[in-house]
Order: sequence, then structure tokens, then C-alpha cells
Amino acid sequence: MNITGKKTIWFLISTILLIVSIISLSIWGLKYGIDYKGGTLLELSFSKDTNAQLVKDSLNSLDFSKGMSVQDTESNAVLIRTSVLTQEQINQLKSVLNEKIGESKEIRLETVGPTVSKDLTKKAIIAVVLASLAIVVYIAWAFRTVPKPANSWRFGICAILALIHDIVITIGAYSLFGHFFGYEVDSLFITALLTVMGFSVHDTIVVFDRIRENLRKYPSKDFEVNANDSITQTLVRSLNTSLTLIIVLLSLIILGGSSIKHFIATLLVGVTVGTYSSIFNASLLLVVWQNSINRRKLA
Amino acid sequence: MRRNLFIGFVLIIILTVLSGLIVWPTGPNLKIGRYFKEIKMHEGLDLQGGSHLVYELDLSKIDKNDVDNSVSGVINVIDRRINALGVSEPVIQSAKIGDKRSVIVELPGISSIDEAISLIGKTAQLEFWEQEINISPELNTTNVPLAWKPTQLNGSHLKRADVQFDQQSGEPQVSLEFNNEGKDLFSEITKKNLQKPVAIVLDNEIISAPTVQSVIEDGNAIISGKFTIQEAKKLAIELNAGALPVPVKLVEQRNVGATLGIESVKQSLLAGLIGIILIAIFMILNYKFPGFLAVIALGIYILLVLSLFKLIPVVLTLAGIAGFILSIGMAVDANVLVFERMKEELREGKTIGAAVNEGFKRAWLSIRDSNVSSLITCLILYYTTTGIVRGFAVTLAIGILVSMFTAITITRTLLRLAVTTRLERIREIT
Repeated sequence: MNITGKKTIWFLISTILLIVSIISLSIWGLKYGIDYKGGTLLELSFSKDTNAQLVKDSLNSLDFSKGMSVQDTESNAVLIRTSVLTQEQINQLKSVLNEKIGESKEIRLETVGPTVSKDLTKKAIIAVVLASLAIVVYIAWAFRTVPKPANSWRFGICAILALIHDIVITIGAYSLFGHFFGYEVDSLFITALLTVMGFSVHDTIVVFDRIRENLRKYPSKDFEVNANDSITQTLVRSLNTSLTLIIVLLSLIILGGSSIKHFIATLLVGVTVGTYSSIFNASLLLVVWQNSINRRKLA
Repeated sequence: MRRNLFIGFVLIIILTVLSGLIVWPTGPNLKIGRYFKEIKMHEGLDLQGGSHLVYELDLSKIDKNDVDNSVSGVINVIDRRINALGVSEPVIQSAKIGDKRSVIVELPGISSIDEAISLIGKTAQLEFWEQEINISPELNTTNVPLAWKPTQLNGSHLKRADVQFDQQSGEPQVSLEFNNEGKDLFSEITKKNLQKPVAIVLDNEIISAPTVQSVIEDGNAIISGKFTIQEAKKLAIELNAGALPVPVKLVEQRNVGATLGIESVKQSLLAGLIGIILIAIFMILNYKFPGFLAVIALGIYILLVLSLFKLIPVVLTLAGIAGFILSIGMAVDANVLVFERMKEELREGKTIGAAVNEGFKRAWLSIRDSNVSSLITCLILYYTTTGIVRGFAVTLAIGILVSMFTAITITRTLLRLAVTTRLERIREIT
């Protein structure tokens, strides 16, 4: 299979996805949910038997029920966290519950702040940047035995470039989902991005490992040929591994509960993009880099 | 060779049975002599709920413009204190009704809830007081101590507080290390009050008032009161987390249910189970007998990870489960890597035994490098963040470590055992 030969096509696909992501992010941005923005906290107590699940189901028809969380507190009382509600919306909510469950009494009505602090988001971003740098250093060390003219630092940097590609497209996809399906950024979004990050680097390294082995085994072969062979040899494993993860994610999205759907959808996008980039981007970036160095040497 | 394999096999069975016992929902608790530990799965707020605490802020002495700063200051300090306790993934948020401000703290069903409550509510304002000296030039009598007065040195000059033990009496103490400004202030105070007492004061209460024996210039001090180890630890946590900018009062405490909805969680767990069964079918169809062995190894893997979650214990939340699922993916990947490699070696004409060995040997490098890079990420996430991100890092790291063990040890032992017994059977026939 000739994968490296069609570099332009693969890069073009990635570029288009990246451009779409960036455009979507700059036009629509991300919709922040109550975890980030805060909202209204409403505690109701009912005269009839009920529980959080029933209340939540009853409220599903309301257009402001997205991202709403309902918790049981004491017997027949629930705690509802939603985006900021107007008095009119609160009345609407109460009348729906009145109709479907029974009369309720308001115990508490408060405006609440975010549960995910800006501090945590900032710390997570710093941690991810640090981790990326550490991964570059680790790969450079683990691949230090690659024969010249290859350079182990380039392996690390290309792995991180592929990672940035995956993260940007995943965030871009979320912004699209936000615009069209009303997905809101919540605390699970950070977790999803971290998972995608872990998967992306993991997947890329497996292909790089094969390039390392082939470079040592066949030092006389051209770098591009070795890279292409390595991608083809690991293709079955890349697809099989991704397939197993995708199977789990698909069963979760089809059969799983509604409260984690957007989380799983994000993972699904991330894993797919991550698989793509580890096959069609990371190694090809290495090839392009190596070729340009070779050309400069010849000139 | 064969004997080693057999010993390995027996060890694997023992390990499986043990972790099976731990994971079993109504399994036994751990009891070794006087040591007793309850073994159960700890679930977080999103899956199980926990305690809901409301603290009201006393803003009477605060300027209106500083209210928002005070609220976020309180949230930060509470967050640091809870983290120091090791409670994972609390929810901390501000709340407002009219002019009243409060902070809502939700903690997963931890056993030491009382300890958490008393720790959160402490203002923990550390001060150093010196004695006011009556200087009356007319009388020219000996200095008469009148009252204590605060010095400029306080908790904000603290770099670190630690628990340590007195070398003679063995009593727990809290050691203080000041920052540069605090170091200068402390040396000034000790110089000024040589042979006189200086009081260490927490929330307007004198903990101890030792007499200064010498000028201390290295910025280290020790608080020794009659502490128990628990008290000393708590004090160190409070001091490290800093003082609350305003006093808070616990106005409400109650239990709340899961934030994610029980039905939704149950449904998702079932879906996850179906997903895992599908993976098993996929592995067996794709890799036949080795695939079947890998599925067994994966089963053992899941048991081992879950029993570690129970033993450590790890508070399981959705973020944690995501880390766990990713690690299952990586564990499957390790097997796929080995088997694909074995297939290649077989295609090159090697015997089954040689192909098994080569497959593991060659795949090891890529398993190692990909997993180590993930572990590095986990380590950095764990040490620099809090809350959900940290929960994710913990379960992923445990999952990866166990997966490296099972993929290499368990799958290999099972596979080698199968190969040798099968080869011998072939030899017997021919």
C-alpha cells in the first residue's frame, strides 16, 4: 500500500477539518454550561411520593431543561440545578411539575456560581502543556537509537503536532454540536479531551515504534519507504484497536444513559480523528520534515 | 521451563480468586490481626451522591467592592483544605440569595465527614503577638507587661507548615517556614523580644507563648502545644491552605442523591458491559484461540483493577470510569499488538513457540513507550490539578500499570502454557 505517496490528499483532509473547526470555533465558539457559568439552584418538596428521576423525566419537555441536573435530597424533595432561570421560567417549571407529579413547595431558590473553577481549567491547560513537553522529551530519549539521518527529537515533535490536530478538531466538532444540537461544555468535556489526548499519543507511538525498528533493520532503505512500510505493517493493529474502542463507545451512545451522551460523542470523534492522524498525519509529517532536510543538504 | 510456567499459572489462578473475592459486592472485609478494613466501592457525587453542606459567609466587616474577592477566596481555601484531606472530586460553588452569600460544598459519602466539616469551617487566621510594654519615663520602673498586641507577621507570610515530632519528648509539633518577608519580620521580632514571650495565635486564641531564647534568622519556627497527632496534622493542613478571608458558618447539612441520575448510570453500566462482551467476541473471531486467552486475561485485568479501586480506595466517578475505559482500550491494544506481531513472525516461517516469544519481545517496546508516555501525562495531571482531572489521572494510571502487567505476564503465561501442552500432545501422537 502506498500511503506516503498520497501525502497531499491526507494532509488536505486534515487541513479542511482543521479549517472547519477553527471557523466554527471563531463564529459560534463553545457554549458553556452551568458547570462553568453557574445558574439557578431550586429546591422543591412534594406532597406526593416522587424522586429525582421522575422529576427529571417530567421536565424533559421544557426547552431550558438542557444540562439540568436533579438530585434527591430528603424524602420527596429534590435539588434542581439549571442555567439561570427567570421568574417566568420557574413558574412554568412548577406548573409542569404540578400537573405531572403534584403540588410542590419551594424550599430554596438561589443563584449559584460555577462548580468547575476557572482555576481548575487553567491548571488543566498548564498540566497538558507540561505533559506534552515531557512526552516530547521522553520520545526523544526512547528513540535516541534511531540511525541518522533521522533525529529522535523530530519524532517527539511530530507526535505532539498530531495531538494538537486531534484536540483542535475534537473541540471544533464540539462547537458544531453545540451550535446544531445544543451541546454545552461541562465538566465531562475536560475529561473527554484528556482521554482523546491519551489515546492520540498512544496510537502515534505504536506506529513510530515500527518506524524505529525498520530504520534499524533496513538502514539502506529510504526514510519514506521505511515509513510507508511501517504504516502498512501496523495498519491492521491500528484499525483493530480503534475498532474495539469504537465498539464500546457506540454501545454506550446507543444504549447508555442520556446524561453522558455528549461525553461519549466527543470521545467517538476524538478516537476516530486520533486513529486517522496516527496513520495519515504523524508519520507523514516526519517524512515531509526528513525530505526537506535531505533536499537542503543536497542543495 | 515447564515447571515455571505451571507455577505462574497457579499464581494467576490464586490472584484471580483473591481479586474476585474483593470485587464480589458482598465479599468479606479485610481483617489481619487487629487491622480491620472495610472493603467497598467508593462512588463519587455523580454516581452515588453524598453530603450537601451550606456555609454562610459573614461579610459584615467587608467592603462592598471586596465581596466577590472574598467569596472566591473562601472557595479557594476550602478547595485546598478538602484536597489536603484526600477527598476526591468535591463540588464547591458559591450561592447568592439577595445580599446573603454562601458557599455550597458537596462531598462524596466519606466516612470522616465530621472531620471535613470542622476543617472547612475553621478560619485559621495565624498571628504572632508580642507584649505591649509600658514605657513610662517618669516612673522608670521595670517594664510591666500590659497586654498582647499583634505584630505584622501573620499566616500570609507562611511558606509551609509541617508536622514533626519533638526529639526529646516525641510529642507532635507543627513546624513553620516563613517566606523571605516573613523571615525578616520574624528575625526582627525575636531580636526585639529577646528573653520575652511571643505568642502564636490562631483565630484569636493563644496556642503557645514560648520565651524567645535567641534571635532566629533562618525563618523557621515551631508551634508546640499539647497536640495529638491528629490535631497537629489538621493544624498543618489549615495553615498550608491559608486563612479564610471571612468567617463562615455551617447553616445546613444533609444527604443528597447522585447528580447523574441513577437510571442513567445503571443504563450506562449495562451498555459498557455489552460493549465489553462485543470486544470479547471481536477478539475471539479475529484471533481465534489466542484471542480467547486474551479475553480471559482481560477478564482478570478488569477484576484486578476493580479490586485495586476498592482496596486503595479510589472514589469512582464518571471521569474515573472514563480513565478506566481508556485503560481497557490500551490493555486490549497491548494484546492486539502482540498477536499481530505473532502473526507476522508466523508468516515469516517461525515455529509457534518462537513466534509467541518474538511477538511478546518485539511488541514490548511499543507497549512500553506508549504506556510510559501516558503515565507521564497522568503523573503531571495528578500533581498539578484537582477534582475531576485528578480522578481521571488516578484511574488511568492504575489501569495502565495493571494492563502492562496482565498483557505481559498473564497472556504470555497462558499462551506459552497452551503452546507447550499442545506441542507435547503433537509429539505424543507422532
